[in-house]
This record gives sequence, C-alpha cells and structure tokens, in this order.
Amino acid sequence: MIPAAFDYVRAGSASEAIALLGEHGDEAKLLAGGHSLLPMMKLRLAVPSVVVDIGRVTDLSYINDGGDHIAIGALTRHRALETSDLLAAECPLLGHVAGEVGDPQVRHRGTIGGSLAHSDPASDLPAAVLALGGTLVAQGPGGSREIAAGDFFTGYFESALADDEMLTEIRVPKAPGDGWNYQKFNRRAQDWAIVGAAAVTVNGGTNVALVNMGSVPLRASATEAALAGGASAAEAAEQAAEGTDAPTDLNATPDYRNHLARVLTRRALEAAGVS
Amino acid sequence: MNNLLGFTADETGEVTVEISVTVNGETRTGDVEPRTLLVYWLRDDLRLTGTNVGCDTSSCGACTVHVNGESVKSCTMLAVQADGEDILTIEGLAPSDDELHPMQEAFRQNHGLQCGYCTPGMVMAAVSLLEENPSPTEREVRLGLEGNLCRCTGYHNIVKSVLACAAGETAA
Ligand SMILES: Cc1cc2nc3c(=O)[nH]c(=O)nc-3n(C[C@H](O)[C@H](O)[C@H](O)COP(=O)(O)OP(=O)(O)OC[C@H]3O[C@@H](n4cnc5c(N)ncnc54)[C@H](O)[C@@H]3O)c2cc1C
Ligand code: FES
Ligand code: FES
Repeated sequence: MIPAAFDYVRAGSASEAIALLGEHGDEAKLLAGGHSLLPMMKLRLAVPSVVVDIGRVTDLSYINDGGDHIAIGALTRHRALETSDLLAAECPLLGHVAGEVGDPQVRHRGTIGGSLAHSDPASDLPAAVLALGGTLVAQGPGGSREIAAGDFFTGYFESALADDEMLTEIRVPKAPGDGWNYQKFNRRAQDWAIVGAAAVTVNGGTNVALVNMGSVPLRASATEAALAGGASAAEAAEQAAEGTDAPTDLNATPDYRNHLARVLTRRALEAAGVS
Repeated sequence: MNNLLGFTADETGEVTVEISVTVNGETRTGDVEPRTLLVYWLRDDLRLTGTNVGCDTSSCGACTVHVNGESVKSCTMLAVQADGEDILTIEGLAPSDDELHPMQEAFRQNHGLQCGYCTPGMVMAAVSLLEENPSPTEREVRLGLEGNLCRCTGYHNIVKSVLACAAGETAA
C-alpha cells in the first residue's frame, strides 16, 4: 500500500513548520515519527496534499528537569522516554507507559508529541499524561500557549490544537516513588489496549485515567472522588466506569469494557499502594 | 527558509526528491517520489530484496531494517525520511560473503527458521535487541521480538537462537 501523492517539505525548526502550516492550511500535515500518520495515509484515512516533516527538529528531542516538573520535547521518541534515567527517578509512570507502546520498532520511531496530537483514545501516552495532570505547550504564529492535558483531548482523534499550531513541549509533574501503576489489557502482542488504566499519586492525591473508554482518554472522576472521600481502592474502583462511554468493536462490548475498567482500576490502585 | 528540500519534476511530471542514504556502508543516491516507502526503494530501486514485505500495515516486522543502528519497520518510513541516514539491511549484516553474522549463524544452528520469510526481519530485530540488552532473559527476548510475526516456527527456536547468540554460543 502506497500513500496518495503529496508534496514533501522538511522543516528545520518549529517556527519554520508553523509558517508552512500557515501557508498550506488544513491541506498540510506534520510528520513526526510517522507511525500513526503513514499507516493512515496508506489506508487513505488521511490524504494531506502537503507533508511537513518535523522529524529533524532535533532541538525538540529532550527530557529535562524543570524543578517541580519534567519537560519533554515533543519530538522525543518513545524509546528515549522508556530508557530515561530522569523519568525513572522522577516520573516512573511515564517511562513505563512509553515502554508499553506497540513494539520496539514502533518505539524507535514514534514520538510523544505525535502520540498526543494524534489523540487516539486507545493510545497509552495520552492517558498517562492525563493521569499525571500534565501541561502541553503549543506554538503557533503568535507565540506559545499552555494547554492543560484535561482540556487538550476534545474528541475522537481531535485535539485543542489549531491548524497552524504545533506541540513543542509536554510537562509532567514529578511523581517519584512507587505510587503508580499502569494496567494495559490486550489480547495480541504489540496491540493497542482494549482497556487501560493508569493510577498515580501526585501532589498528595490519587489520579486515575482510562484508555479506550470513550472518544477521548478519560479521568475516572467518580473513582477519584470516592478515594478522596476515604473509600478503599476496591470500593472506589467499582465506580471506574461511571461517566464513561465505552465503544463497541470486534474486541469488546461496552459492558465488557466497563467490567475491565473496574477490574483494571482496582488492580492499578492496589499495585500503586492505594488500599 | 533555507532548510526546505528542492523539488524536481521528471519527464513524466512526477515530482521527485533527491536523496542520499548510506546503505550497508555505501552511499546510495536516488530520485524518489515523496510517497515512496523506504522498503520499496530498497527492494525495487536498489534491488536489495532480502528485506521482505509481509503485511504492509506495520504489523509483521518482515521489513525490519536498522536506521542509525535501531530496528525500524521500513514499510512505515518514507524513503525521503531516510535521506542522510545510515541504513543496514540483512544483506549488509554478514562480515563477508563466506561468513555469517553470529545471529545468522545462531538461527542456522538452532533451526530458527522454516520457510524463512520472516527471517531477515527477525534477525535484524534480534540484532537490535541484543545491542540494547546484551543478556536478555527468555521473556525479554519474547517481548523484544513482539513486533515480528512468524507463521511457521511457533517462535520457540527463534527465541532459542537469540539466547544462544547472546550467550556467545555461536562463533562469528
Ligand atoms: C504497529 C503499531 C503499533 C502501535 N501500538 C501502539 C500502542 O500499543 N499504543 C499506543 O499508544 N500507540 C501505538 N502505536 C502508535 C504509535 O505510538 C505512534 O508512534 C504515535 O501514536 C504517533 O507518534 P508519531 O511521532 O509516529 O506521529 P505521526 O504519525 O508522525 O503523527 C501523528 C499525528 O500527529 C500530528 N503531529 C505529530 N507531531 C506533532 C506535533 N509535534 N505537533 C502537532 N501535531 C503533531 C501529525 O500531523 C499526525 O496527525 C502503534 C503504531 C504502530 C504502527
Ligand atoms: S511489511 Fe512492514 S511490518 Fe509487515
Ligand atoms: S519461518 Fe516462515 S514465517 Fe517465520
């Protein structure tokens, strides 16, 4: 399968990429690791007439200590997150979740910025960043703005990014220690989660985010509220599916997904040391 | 904007881009349509047909090559993305014509293949795996080869081959 023809331009910097997006409007697509975009272009689910390759904007590949948070460049590959000593020490949930994405070949190419911008509710990293209460930095023609992870995912494969904006940085609060866990349930190797649950204790509270339980990654807010009110992990997990809208596909019915959400949330909370 | 690639149109009017890639240690140049996938440039233009296409949908790993030393599915990368990069294919792995790479030798000795279709990708993925993790456990080998499908062997002898290679049981 070969994608439909397109014009290819390579951006040397974020501002160059943004200028190109401004020039070509919604005809253009950014290409980072290409591990979501190229499969979609082969299937003609995406048919951009201009592809702006940001794969060489290497100054956006970094994992830095920002004091109270870790700052990650949008072009940082999954493999770099998975093997980062800084993340292992300061935000182990994120490094671990990056290592659960796809397979090694996918992790050698895919980037965190691409994964978040793609806004697939079945993806792992969006839920991890949501559970952590991260902040996304978007750069546009008029400068940069910060978007809370909770406001970023606006719909099925849709994000708060404007057509001429590019994600440049992802910030996650430090959440060191053992108070975290990620449960990814799938049937086949290298596959996306049928349902996933990320639990993490951050700034004194316990957050839970769910994968593939709606058109966007979701916080299990009823579970979080129950925990804050003193419920046990097992009791709070019973409410994990509340307020979600689980999809139907060949892997699972909504009922089965609701069941998985409850079980995986309980397991994630218990493994994160919440009792 | 000085980093943009220049376009040229060939006789048929197709817009092509000139690329220069190190493939198995040699500089190879070509004019490619932007939509050309790396695997088809390797196979059809360079005639390096050891890299197979199994699924074409990023799932099977038969097309695995190394890009700057790391395993990548070459059906999920554009040839233009490889411009200036260092690519190693199965043809470039063995040190010479009459000597196999230790991983190839391990597959041979341990019957790590039957039909052989997945083998080039499996070997490239396995070499990349050992570079990242020189002494993996059996479970780590299985997880490390998660991106490669084999329809024949049931994986058992493939895992055995990789473990034998890691243990240095196959002389180069
Ligand atoms: C076989 C296979 C298995 C996979 N399994 C999983 C899995 O288990 N879990 C999982 O979470 N993911 C999985 N993925 C997806 C993978 O993680 C992708 O790499 C990732 O979702 C996209 O990152 P990318 O850099 O490749 O983005 P690209 O494919 O280059 O881009 C994706 C989208 O984001 C846009 N974009 C990219 N970068 C930016 C930016 N900086 N700013 C604004 N927009 C941008 C692009 O325009 C495009 O629309 C899998 C992929 C494959 C091929
Ligand atoms: S042909 Fe590339 S992964 Fe199957
Ligand atoms: S040996 Fe036949 S597919 Fe693996």
